[in-house]
Formats: sequence, structure tokens, C-alpha cells
Amino acid sequence: MLKGMFSRPENMKMYWKEFMRQCVDIGIGSLGIVFIISLFMGAVTTVQIAYQLVSPIIPKATIAQVVRDTIILEFAPTLTCIVLAGVVGSKIASELGNMRVSEQIDAQEIMGINTRGYLIMPKILASLIMIPCLICIAGFLGIWGGLKAGEMGGILSADEYWQGLRQEWKPYNIFFSLFKSFVFAFIISSVPSYYGYYVQGGALEIGKASTRAVVVTCVLILFMDYILAALLLQK
Amino acid sequence: MIELVNIKKGFGEKVILPDVSAVMETGKVNLIIGSSGSGKTVMMKCMVGLMEIDGGKVLYDGQDFTNMQEQDRKNIRRQIGMLFQGSALFDSMTVEQNVMFPLDMFSKGSLKEKKTRVMECLERVQLKDAAKKFPAEISGGMKKRVGIARAIVLNPKYLFCDEPNSGLDPQTSLLIDRLIKEITHEFNMTTVINTHDMNTVMESGDHIVYMYQGKKQWEGSNKDIIFSKDEKLNDFIFASDFLRDAKEMRQMEIFQEKDWRSKLKKE
Repeated sequence: MLKGMFSRPENMKMYWKEFMRQCVDIGIGSLGIVFIISLFMGAVTTVQIAYQLVSPIIPKATIAQVVRDTIILEFAPTLTCIVLAGVVGSKIASELGNMRVSEQIDAQEIMGINTRGYLIMPKILASLIMIPCLICIAGFLGIWGGLKAGEMGGILSADEYWQGLRQEWKPYNIFFSLFKSFVFAFIISSVPSYYGYYVQGGALEIGKASTRAVVVTCVLILFMDYILAALLLQK
Repeated sequence: MIELVNIKKGFGEKVILPDVSAVMETGKVNLIIGSSGSGKTVMMKCMVGLMEIDGGKVLYDGQDFTNMQEQDRKNIRRQIGMLFQGSALFDSMTVEQNVMFPLDMFSKGSLKEKKTRVMECLERVQLKDAAKKFPAEISGGMKKRVGIARAIVLNPKYLFCDEPNSGLDPQTSLLIDRLIKEITHEFNMTTVINTHDMNTVMESGDHIVYMYQGKKQWEGSNKDIIFSKDEKLNDFIFASDFLRDAKEMRQMEIFQEKDWRSKLKKE
């Protein structure tokens, strides 16, 4: 499937239009859910870490430091991508599946269009650009959600939180998080594309393909999460 | 002209087309008819390259489509228009955008020129007023007509129609049959229709290929069908008593007409 995507576009303008449409669908379309998840993710992390750090010798600012690292290293890329696997993955699989079953893909093939290039490549490229952006947003919102939860719950003040955020800051964590997000973005777009593009049958099979695509994507994300952590976070 | 030379196609152990040869003539409406499971859809899909054949070859005006490079195949495909059984319209686009899609992809003309061409095609299928509607907002017959407009927008040399009348009322079916026939003769296209609609056979069958269990059983025109002695073909075409009576009446009409003409000549 991936090999067949790379051929000279029949009309660059149309490919660009499709790419922009996918950017809007995947990026803007997922903003709402990413916004909600990351805010609550940050808030809950703050409350739970505060609950576990009961020792009086640990400064409260440490809570913010742990929240920051947890969100950047794990929650923003992995949790967000697991949710995006459901939102974006099922959309991609069912869209392509429906096009296959209703012969829309055949219609484009007959016209002489490389359907893998025109339908799948823009989805993968748009995911590779938009999902890392969504993860950056998720990271910022998660940390901000943690600050608000800390303040509102009387766990720690804003000053303590900001102080914690600046403690033992490792820029490498950002690189790790972004690297993960690119890998996950590729999985989120390519696996459902495969399941959707090659679906055979009717509406029932589209549903099955969509579910299978989401499950396989989630498992692959978790597997790659471990592999990347083992490879890139070795001391 | 499209030639099928010893086409073979199977799925696993099941052979669908054991060895089929046929010629689809230019400027004529060529029909592939046969009961369900006779291999006509597979034959059409093999012809347009949606299915790879196991043996034989397909020639488009003498060019071997089967063993061509991908780019050459694409060039042939740009001369093909196809109307699908379910119309295969793009749901997210309006009727106008659907018809404009092939032009957007392959034509270098200005937007104004493209719009003019789209309107010409929509006018041809009497759907100018539905240009701004989405496929979900129009009827099955209208969808088929949009499919025809999209298929002819690039002035194709070859037109393929997969069961163009399925699920349509007799009047709309007739409208579509006549439209396809007109377009074929007007633009001298090679049209191939896959159908089991007997009205289509009698209305527009310039050249008919009857498929039976994956083999070409009979070949001729809609005029020849009336006098055909092929039992399997007659069982298929004139399946009901009503149709058998209609056939006999038509035969009598033709005989009387011939008789009358020969008398006129003698006088």
C-alpha cells in the first residue's frame, strides 16, 4: 500500500486541496476532544500526585515538576494518541471503507488516478503534521489544567507551580515526546488507511474494519511506546 | 474497438471466465447480457483493468492494455468513462463538483471553461437545475444521470456502464437507455453495457454478447435476437409467457412488413 502511494501526482493542485482538507479534518476536527482530555488529564495528575506525596520534606513545587514530566513524556503523546486512534483512525477507516464499498475508489481508478496516492498519502502527511501540533497543544493545556486544579483545590499556589515547572528541566524530553508523536501519527493514519482501503463487503464489514483498525492502532501505539521508551530513555 | 482475446479469470479454484473472446465495436452500443453469476461483471472489470486477468489479453484499438506499463494504462484510462451500478458519486461533493472532478484532475482549462463544460454535460442529462444539490438529495435515476454526465465530461472514447437501469422505473430506464444510445452514436464511442434488462436489450442493443456460465453463448444484434433459435438465449430473454407472446407478435410484424415491402416492389 505504502509503495503504491509514491507516483507523480496527476494534478498537484488537487492533491494539495485534499491535503489541506485532511489537515482541517484531522487537526481542527480533533481540537475539541484534545482540549477536554488534556485539561482533565493535567488536573487529575496534579490531584493524584499531591495525594501520593505526603512527606513534609518534599516541597510542594515537586508536584508541578512531576506533573510536567509525566504529561510531556507520557500523557500528552500516548494518551492523546490513543484517543486520536479512536477519533481519527475510525474516521479514516470508515471513510475509505465506504468509498471502497460504494465503488468511489474504483471510479477514481477508472479515471486514471492513483487512489493510494490521492486518498491515503494526504491523510498520512496531514497526520504527520497535525498530530504533533495537537500533542504540543495537549502538553500545554495539560500543564495549565494542572496549575488550575492545584490552585482551585488549594494544593499549591501558582508561584509554587511555576517554580516546580522550572526545576530540573530537560529539553530532551520535548524531543522524545515529539519523536513519539511522529511515530504514533504514522500509525494512526496508515493502519486505518490499510483496513479501510482493502475492505470487502458491505456496511457490516466497514464497521468491523473500523473497529479492527482502532484496536490494532491502539496496540501498536502501546507497543511502540514501550520500544521507544526502552530505546531512547536509557541512561 | 475493444477486443478480448482468450480472456481467462478465476478466483482460487473457481473459474469464472474459462476462455472468452469478443469484440466490442466502435460507434455501437455493445451489450453483455446474462443471468446473475454468468461472469458479465467480472468480464467488464477485466476489460477496464479493475481486475487482473489470469490469461489472454484486452486490446484497446489494437493496443495491448493487459501488458502495458502503468503510465500507458493510465493514459488509456483517461479515455474511459464509466457509469457504476450504484452511480459511485462522491458523497461530499455537489452534483456540479462531481461532474467537474475529472476536469479538475486532468484538464488545464480555466475555471470558467470547466464550468461551461460541466453545464453542457448536465444540460445533456437534463440536470442543470440539480447542479448545487448533493447526491443524498437526488433520486436514483438522477444519480445515474449525474454518473453519465461525469463519465462523458472528458469526451471519452470508451464508455462502460454497469447495469445502468438497476433499481429504476421503466420510464427512467428508457430515458437512460436512449441517452446512452444518443451519446454513443453522436460521439462515435465504443460503449459497453452490462445488463439483464430486456428493455435495454431491445432498445439499444446494436451488438449483444450473451454470456452463459462464463462462456460466450451467443452474439448478434437486437434484431437477430427475435429470430434466434438458441434455446438458452430464448429461455433467458423471453423468460415469461408474456415476453414469448410479444416475441411471436414481433416476428409476425416483421414477416408482414417484409411481405408488404416485397409486394410493393413487385407492383
